[in-house]
Amino acid sequence: MQKSLLIDPDKCTSCLQCEMACSFEHEGSFNPARSRIKIFEFEHGKRAVPYTCTQCAEAWCVHACPVEALVRNPVTGAVEVKDDVCVGCKVCTIACPFGTVNYNPDTGKVIKCDLCHGDPKCAEACPTDAIVYVDSSWTGLDRMRRWAGHVDTNQSAKA
Amino acid sequence: MSWQGQILRVNLTKGTAEAEPLNMEWANAYIGERGLGTKYLYENVDPKCDPMGPDNVLIFATGPLNGTMASTSGRYAVLCKSPLTGAIGDSNSGGKFGAFLKYAGYDLLLIEGKADKPVYLHIDDDSVEILPADEIWGTGVWHTEEWIKSRHQNPQLRVASIGEAGENGVLYACVVNDLHRAAGRCGVGAVMGSKNLKAVAAYGTRGVTVDDPVKFMDVVKDTHAKLAASDGREELTEGGTHPMIDMMQEWGGLPTRNFREVQFEGIDKVNPAATTAANANGHTNLITNKACFGCTIACGRIAHIDPEHFTIVNRPEYRHASGGLEYETAYAFGPAVGVDDLDSLTFANYMMNEHGMDPISFGVTLAAAMELFEMGVLTKDDTDGIDLGFGSSEGLAVMAEKTGKGEGFGKELALGSKRLCEKYGHPELFMGVKGQEFAGYDSRALQGMGLGYATSNRGACHLKHDVFGPDMEDISGNGKAAPVKESQDMVSMIDSTGLCLFTTAGWGPEDFVAQLDAALPGDWTLERCIESGERTWTLERMFNMAAGLTAADDTLPPRMLNEPVPSGSAKGKVSELSKMLPEYYSLRGWTENGQPTNETLARLGL
Repeated sequence: MQKSLLIDPDKCTSCLQCEMACSFEHEGSFNPARSRIKIFEFEHGKRAVPYTCTQCAEAWCVHACPVEALVRNPVTGAVEVKDDVCVGCKVCTIACPFGTVNYNPDTGKVIKCDLCHGDPKCAEACPTDAIVYVDSSWTGLDRMRRWAGHVDTNQSAKA
Repeated sequence: MSWQGQILRVNLTKGTAEAEPLNMEWANAYIGERGLGTKYLYENVDPKCDPMGPDNVLIFATGPLNGTMASTSGRYAVLCKSPLTGAIGDSNSGGKFGAFLKYAGYDLLLIEGKADKPVYLHIDDDSVEILPADEIWGTGVWHTEEWIKSRHQNPQLRVASIGEAGENGVLYACVVNDLHRAAGRCGVGAVMGSKNLKAVAAYGTRGVTVDDPVKFMDVVKDTHAKLAASDGREELTEGGTHPMIDMMQEWGGLPTRNFREVQFEGIDKVNPAATTAANANGHTNLITNKACFGCTIACGRIAHIDPEHFTIVNRPEYRHASGGLEYETAYAFGPAVGVDDLDSLTFANYMMNEHGMDPISFGVTLAAAMELFEMGVLTKDDTDGIDLGFGSSEGLAVMAEKTGKGEGFGKELALGSKRLCEKYGHPELFMGVKGQEFAGYDSRALQGMGLGYATSNRGACHLKHDVFGPDMEDISGNGKAAPVKESQDMVSMIDSTGLCLFTTAGWGPEDFVAQLDAALPGDWTLERCIESGERTWTLERMFNMAAGLTAADDTLPPRMLNEPVPSGSAKGKVSELSKMLPEYYSLRGWTENGQPTNETLARLGL
């Protein structure tokens, strides 16, 4: 079963534990500036929204890469950066419509979410389950269930 | 490792900014944040200096656990000599600024001198610029943050700034960061303003590493789980600190109308239940909760004001959500001034955040003004025609804004309660210690709290000790000196880690020590950490003694010492300070005059 990150902004408190966990996993230090997932705050801090790569099936970044440094992991479905191949041309950062591939000037390579090879640390670190790792084919299940509850209007009559 | 190993020294008179190595001897002895900041202050400031003059120094200090995955790793401290108290000023804040100052590569930022015109500091790793602030001088914190982020095309910049209150020298002006988190007490914002420093903006890519990453992540996993599982944490997530207002009401320790009373008849209109119930217009005050950096509690309240309320009905710019009420703001704008209009309280809180003022000191100063008004000492001629009787919702809202902007009677309120009461001939009406106003707990109903207030090095403060347990078990002053002393040392240690005191909802001292020990080189034991806390406390005391304070300043207002508390659990009691204080000095290893003995100083390596 392939899994995806499921993000629920309503639950995000903007604590940035995910950004620290992400950078620690990939860089060995707590460093939000190098996190592959970012929290954005809106309306005077009223809303906070985590955002990262959604691992497109037809990925613009993969098509754009001139040296085949972006390779899909067949197990996780994540597009991963091969650091020994990447030449830091940044064309993928232009191609990505969502802005989730970014350049790291410290290494001269691009960085993006790789789902931590199937064990995403952001989801593990999130204290409120605003980020969870679930079956890719059913990321909408909870929302469907919530709305299903509204559709079943005959409930009281049956009872 | 865990410390970044360097500090940034900025001299605004000379216009210089230079990095220098962190003094590791001091870091090992004082941990970080409050403790380390105190040591740097002690070594860099003449305690007798004019707090508003160029010889005062302003320090922003982070701790070793700042920026790590330890829960609540965003606390930083702002230190200077306080213009409100003349004693050491030490105030800490959450939000995200502190972590990003550290990510830029600095454990501590030390600001000397005074710029000849308004400036702000822009820190981006090694790049440190002192830039003109003419375009933002005279504007509020919210506009300042937005302007700086936009000017540098970096929405990830974290900004700590002053509003007009800091520029105008309001003696309890604070430093606000991330829109509604503040180093609120001691007037640290007034000192920033005296240096013509509008803001410090920081962003960094340096990251923070720890000494033993495997052990650290194991410890953090455990401490996260322990905090998550605790009832205290759950209560803070659910209600913030606001529910304390119901507890204090029931106990009879909720200061009401400038501490004349300890229970408030309007409680149901300003308590947590009131923030979640729809008003007559169908408007609900509280929207959600949000967290500071690294915080797995998220006690912060986000609220909004009823758009029909008189404070904002013609001011659409205040219809957005922003920081909501926590206990101290609810107490200081509610019971302390007798106001029961929730939207006025929330508007006053907006004013505190936007213009940069301490809500406790403002509220208690307004309470004294209201008592003077009821006595007829102040009249409408003094108060810009505004009714300043207790309970005046208009008075609260209007004066909050006037004080922030330095208009009319707001200039008098800017003095703080002590100076205001002295000016109008009634020094006995000042409710505080060493020139700083009381938090929301009555010293007669909570005896240990009273001793904590009297002995706090930064003037009246509820956050430098923790004796709720003993105070609620026994309404007398018996046996209070020991827990006050011990908790002061422990809080001092916690304030030096870079973490938030509220984690004690789920953690014991050993949890802080385990995280420090995994993050830092060397062996960190509970004994070493508590001793560090005691060392910091004693050094703060030495600063105050050198500044000219004496044992006579370790006292409470006559209302606490002589007027029996009128109702509640401790009805009829007065503070037993005179009994507790000698016991406290003795436990501290101080003389009868409150002077640390040579033996005590030697034991602490001072």
